Parts: sequence; structure tokens; C-alpha cells
Amino acid sequence: MTFLTADAMTGGYGAADILHACTLAVDRGEIAVIVGPNGAGKSTAMKAVFGMLPLRAGHVSLDGTNITTLSPQERVRAGMGFVPQVRNVFVSMSVEENLEMGAFIRDDDFHDTMEQVFSLFPILRQKRRQPAGELSGGQRQQVAVGRALMTKPSLLMLDEPTAGVSPIVMDELFDKILEVAATGIAILMVEQNARQALAIADRGYVLVQGRNRFTDTGEALLADPEVRRTFLGG
Amino acid sequence: MDVLNALVLFLNFVMIPATAYGAQLALGALGVTLIYAVLRFSNFAHGDMMAFGTMLVVLVTWGLQSLGVSLGPLPTALLALPIGILGTIVLALVTDASVYRFYRSKRSEPVIFVIASVGVMFVYNALTRFVIGTDDQRFEDGARFVVKVGDFRKWSGLDEGLAIRTSQLITVVVMILTVAFVFWFLQKTRTGKAMRAYSDNEDLALLSGISPERVVRITWILAAALAVIAGTLYGLDKSFRPFTYFQLLLPIFAAAIVGGIGHPLGAVAGGFVVAYSEVMVTYAYKGVLTYLLPEAWRPEGLVQMLGTDYKFAVSFIILVVVLLIRPTGIFRGRTI
Repeated sequence: MTFLTADAMTGGYGAADILHACTLAVDRGEIAVIVGPNGAGKSTAMKAVFGMLPLRAGHVSLDGTNITTLSPQERVRAGMGFVPQVRNVFVSMSVEENLEMGAFIRDDDFHDTMEQVFSLFPILRQKRRQPAGELSGGQRQQVAVGRALMTKPSLLMLDEPTAGVSPIVMDELFDKILEVAATGIAILMVEQNARQALAIADRGYVLVQGRNRFTDTGEALLADPEVRRTFLGG
Repeated sequence: MDVLNALVLFLNFVMIPATAYGAQLALGALGVTLIYAVLRFSNFAHGDMMAFGTMLVVLVTWGLQSLGVSLGPLPTALLALPIGILGTIVLALVTDASVYRFYRSKRSEPVIFVIASVGVMFVYNALTRFVIGTDDQRFEDGARFVVKVGDFRKWSGLDEGLAIRTSQLITVVVMILTVAFVFWFLQKTRTGKAMRAYSDNEDLALLSGISPERVVRITWILAAALAVIAGTLYGLDKSFRPFTYFQLLLPIFAAAIVGGIGHPLGAVAGGFVVAYSEVMVTYAYKGVLTYLLPEAWRPEGLVQMLGTDYKFAVSFIILVVVLLIRPTGIFRGRTI
């Protein structure tokens, strides 16, 4: 069984279901990427894993423990880190304070974790006293990821981490995500830039209308002619 | 000499009273702004919360006075202040648990909270009047002046005198200490940072494990303490009358909005902007001009731009102008 298993998740916000038996999984040190057309339910699937969507059927387990009934806050304590797509930093607070708030639930000394975040994202060390709202898009995303890393999560979930950043910054961010995965953290992310994201993915999930359409390694999906034709534009 | 006399006159009747008044407004506006930043509504009950707290302070002061307790030259009210603060914190927390928490759990619109706070205002209002009545109450004791008019005249040799009342000095000192504490709390403590985080981005604060109910509780405690301190200082400086405190709501809101609502530094700056404007516009400059101008130009009228009866118009005008020209206020408020 994989470290995170989200099995046959079915549910939605109102009467109509958005997800239909959607299944996702990722192991420690791996990167799983969810891609698909607009409105495919990618972010919704992520929210379901994090407990922000009521499920009618299916279950989510982390490290062998069933966490289906836990609230998002409880899931953070259980080892999940979540980086929302928008409004993912405290804009009026300094970079350092953002990281401190990330570590809010920790009662132990978290300075070594902050050191690790700073060595992963050196630019943040330079800008530690600057309000996060004054940073560039790419730097903000680094703050957002850094904030989520402060709880020392075993699973990091990223909702479109490269939305609205330039291609160069996107490559940098993907490099950083690879580095994070290399430390043994499981990574589940939703990406708009499907081609680049699948290139670094150990597992790729193509969702269409809330259903698993294709599931394979990132490499295999990139090589699959049908996936290429229908989702990657040739 | 004439210039100095004019200056002393101006200091005595404009700068000193306006500084004390500004400090009182600043403390009131700080409370309003904190509530706005965290609970996201304008608390109309703030003025009457001030009145309620000050009433407690007045009652305890009377009790202490009858027991013969005093602080020497300082007003006994300072001794009664902590008890007034505690009582008002209890009132604020009970109100939150019985009124606002309900609307929070329903995720109501801010306007619902505002209307609920108007209801709370009437309840506080009635409570205060029920206990202490509607009349003026004086509770200042100790030494009345730090600098007396006669002493100043003798010392300076000027015609005009300058007086600094104990209550004015205490107001400014207490205001500086209180504001310094609130800023230190918000900037340096874990709880203060959690309050700012919650105010900045509620969802992300939740994700970070910050408990909203705890943040709300701390905010009410701070706001109640600030309200009682502001109310007591105002009462010592002028007098305690429940209706006046209700009226203070307008300059306090004006101060919070001028500074940028939700911005603590803005609230303090706004308090002084409103106080100086109000006092300067309603002051009769005849005396000052008589010293400064040559004899032929001396004014015959009072040279008063606005009668003191209209002082609330000043707050209103400031409010309208700010909302038209720079709705975010001096410090671009919204979050703390």
C-alpha cells in the first residue's frame, strides 16, 4: 500500500458529484502530478484528499491510517502540508513571520526547520524581513511552499504552484520541488503546465470530469500518443 | 514677548487639550480597529463599552475613596482601572459568546454583525444608565495640576498662563504605554502574530492551525481593555456622562477610518488628526491674533471657524472627505 492512498473518492459541494471514484496515490520521495483539462476536478480532488470536500464514498489513508473523517486542521497535524493556489501567503507579514505561522502548531524549537527552508530557498533568507506581499510571484510561491514545510509534513500538496510565474521561474520551482521530494517527502500536485510537470512526475494522473482517465508514470504518459493528442496538444 | 504670549495661549487652549483628547480617541480607535481587523465589522457598541467600563471604574473609585484609599497626587481611578477592565472583559466575552459567535458560526455578512452590534450598544447603554444614571459624574481626585497658571506666569514672566492638568499628563503617559504594549504584543508575541495572520488571511490561518475562537477571544480582551482605559482617561479629563460616550463613537470611527481601518498605527494617527482638527476648528483665535497682529488689524469678532456645538461636524466632514478622496485612509488599512 502506498504512503498516501485516496481510493475511489466520490463527492461534491452540493447535490451533484464532482468526483467520481477518483483514485490517487503517492509514496514517500515520489512526485504525483494531477493534470487534465479545465474543470476536470483537479483542484477538487486535491481538496478532497485534504478534507475540504465532503466525500460520499471512498476513503483516504495516510501511512496506513484511515484519515477520511479528519478535518483539514487535524490532517495538518497528521502530517499533511497544503499550499493553496491563491492567497497562500500572509501578505502583510514578513517572510520570517510567514514561516513562523507555518510552524504555529509546533511547540518545539523550529529554527532548524526554518534554516532548512532558508537553505532550500536562499532568496527567502535575504528577504526575511520583507512583507510577503511585496515579493515577486515566484518568491511568493517559495514563501507559500516554505510555510507548508514548517510543520515538517510527510505529504506536501501543491495546488498549481507555477500558476502565473514565468517559464524560467517555473523551472526553478520544479527543481526545488524535486529537491523537497528527495528529502523523502511525498508530493502531490496539480499542474496546468502538464508537459513540464509530467516530466518530473513519478506518477501521473489525467483526470477528466472527475474520473481517472489515464494513470501511469509521468514518462509513460508523455510517451502515450493518445494522451499527447488529447491533452498535451500533439 | 507678544509672539511668546500667543504661543502660550495656543498651547494652553489648543495643543494641550487636543493632545489629551487625541490620546483618548487614539485608544478608542485602536480598539475599534482591532475588532474590525479580526472580526471584520465596525463595532457600534464600542462607545457604550467604554461607558460601561468607566462606570465600573467610577463605582470602584467611590468605594476606594470611602475606604480612605488614595494614590496621593494621582487619581484613585488608576487603582480602580484594573477592576473596571476585568469587568468589561467579562462583559465583552459574554456578549461574544451569546451574540456574535452565533453569527460567526453562520458566516453572516459583516452588515449583520454591525446591526447586531447596534443592538448590543442599546443593551450596554441601558445597563450603564440603569446602574449609574444619566447624570454627570466627577471622580477625579488627587492633585489637579502638574503646572499651574499662576506658577507658570511667575516662572516665565508672561501675561498668559499655561496649565497642565494631572489628568492630561496621565492620559498621554498611559496612552503611550498602552499603545507601546499593544504594538509589542502584535509584532513580537506568538499570539499577536496569530492575530495578524488571522486578520490577513483567515483560511491560511486555519490551515496553519491557528484557532479562530482563541484569536477572537484575545481581540475582545484587548478591545475591552483599550475601551476602559480610553473611557477612564476621558472621564478623568472631562467628566463621566453616558451620553457623551455614545457621542464619542463618531470621532472614534472617524479616527479609525482616517488612519486606515484595521491598521493600528493608523488608528493612533487618526485619533490625533481628528482631535487636532476638532479643537483647532472650534477654537476662537481672537486672543492669539490680538498678540500677533498690529493694532489696526486686530479682529473684533471671536475668529472662531465653528461653534463648539458643531464640533461633531468636524468628524463628519473628515469622514466624508477621507471616504471620497482616499477611502483606505492614511495607512491603507484593512488588515492589522
